[in-house]
Amino acid sequence: MEERSTTRSVSDAGVPVRRRLRIGDLTLRGGTVAVSLGLVVLLAGLLVVLATGAAPALSQLGLSFFTSRQWDPVTNHFGALPYIYGTLVTSTVALVLALPVSIGLALLLNEVRSKWVRNPLTVLVDLLAAIPSVVYGLWGLFVLAPALNTYLAPFLARTLGKLPVLGALFVPTPAVGNMLNAGVILAVMIVPIITAVTREVIATVPADLREASLALGATRFESIRMAVLPYARSGIVGATMLGLGRALGETIAVSMVIGNGLGISASLLAPGYTIPAVIANEFREATSTGLQHSALLALALVLVVIALVLAGASRLLVRRSERGFR
Amino acid sequence: MSDTFASDSAESLGILETLVRPAVSRAGEREAESTSAPMVTVNGLGVAYGSKTALEGVSMLIPERRITAFIGPSGCGKSTALRCFNRMNDGISGFRISGGTVLLDGQDVYARGVNVTALRRAVGMVFQQPNPFPMSIYDNIALAVREHERGISRSTLDGIVEQALRQANLWDEVRDCLTQSALSLSGGQQQRLCIARALAVRPTVLMLDEPCASLDPISTGRIEELLLELSADYTIVIVTHNLAQAQRISDKVGFFLMGRLVEFGDALQVFEASARPETAEYVRGAFG
Repeated sequence: MEERSTTRSVSDAGVPVRRRLRIGDLTLRGGTVAVSLGLVVLLAGLLVVLATGAAPALSQLGLSFFTSRQWDPVTNHFGALPYIYGTLVTSTVALVLALPVSIGLALLLNEVRSKWVRNPLTVLVDLLAAIPSVVYGLWGLFVLAPALNTYLAPFLARTLGKLPVLGALFVPTPAVGNMLNAGVILAVMIVPIITAVTREVIATVPADLREASLALGATRFESIRMAVLPYARSGIVGATMLGLGRALGETIAVSMVIGNGLGISASLLAPGYTIPAVIANEFREATSTGLQHSALLALALVLVVIALVLAGASRLLVRRSERGFR
Repeated sequence: MSDTFASDSAESLGILETLVRPAVSRAGEREAESTSAPMVTVNGLGVAYGSKTALEGVSMLIPERRITAFIGPSGCGKSTALRCFNRMNDGISGFRISGGTVLLDGQDVYARGVNVTALRRAVGMVFQQPNPFPMSIYDNIALAVREHERGISRSTLDGIVEQALRQANLWDEVRDCLTQSALSLSGGQQQRLCIARALAVRPTVLMLDEPCASLDPISTGRIEELLLELSADYTIVIVTHNLAQAQRISDKVGFFLMGRLVEFGDALQVFEASARPETAEYVRGAFG
């Protein structure tokens, strides 16, 4: 029936109008428009709910919400600074640790020609991404943290801790949970995603760019620096943002190893607290009307804003660094 | 990495010092020679990819500081032959030399212990598609020089970049926008930039694999002019599908057909009075 109508419409109008294809086109267009609009509405709705919920706390506490170190539901005083600080510090540590490893792994997975090395390694990296974060948290609490605290922390304090400026990062404390542990756990968790995306990006580097560098007498390593990394740079930044997003938002594993302490210390070996961790720990106690409830929503808003600002900043960075380069 | 090309070759490479010596220094000697000595000597070369034969029994003498053109229908092995001169085939899986030798200035390029990166600096290569790196015009040229000569001073580097761009007839067009992206240049300019990039590491041989295939006639004309100028100092080998181009610029022509070198000789003779019927047919445009 359909078939016949297509042939007839050709003869009728003189112009081939294929109805079936038009219906497909219209459905596709309608579907994609609906989905993308839905996404925008969802994000806007989320922000509106967060903002209205956060409004009482923000208006009552004002700027002190961002500058105060006190978080006291009894006196109804809420300062978010320790959480913001802890979130940024642990995410930074995680990125600093994960980025070189991920780029190195991605290069390895692209450059190694032997299937026997490449395929198992790829599967392994992808498997890391599939492990639930609470498992990472348990492992971090029972295995990683004791190991880090017994061996790595004293070592860092003895060596890097003696350096003039960097030393402040490694002042030892007796705490079991600390920001370094959280950073290391986060790094392990974001390596798979950064690696996977970077690997894909590097695979798209045109063969003729690699050939160009090789023909200039570049070694493999030089060829990576001359052709691969410059071309893949913006994609690697994108991969990093994905990893950072996960690090900023990771809740349970961090909460299990960071020590959940309210201080703000320059030392990574001191306990800290993050925004997701405090939200997860306190949402039960926050009554739906009290200021604590609003303060938690304000924290969530801050977290979203941090993520959006960092994502925007990275876009800007990429665009600036390659203005006219593409 | 050693500091200079000369020390590179002297130390380890098994490539003669003369091979990596800057070509410019030989410029004065040219007049003294009545006939050009062979720069590349190919002797019964055979190449196979896996079980498939790509080249068989190819022999030729490529003269120094002349333009040699490889012509022939697609898939006839001319690019494969070219890529044997700087071992760009090494990375292709299944590639092997099934017989014969390639001598560059008397040195076997496939001998054991040859430093491939030094070889590739001595034999510059330009590809069919202009392939500048996604960075500034300046960096495109400076990058490889910097890799090979660590600690080179900024002013020396500036000089090398300018000289390379001048040699490629590009300096006047880009002197004011060296920090701009190389990808903002036109296709013809990009291709000349690639030539400049190859010249900046001071090769003795410059190979071009269909360098004008993606360019318009005017850009093509400029590249041809440039190659004629450069042939005073460099041994040039060009693969081309454009018979008129081969006729316009080349001194020697090699005609490849199905993995064999059917004919190799002076351009005039190959085009006007070819010894083999296949060549005559091809240059008449009967096939290919």
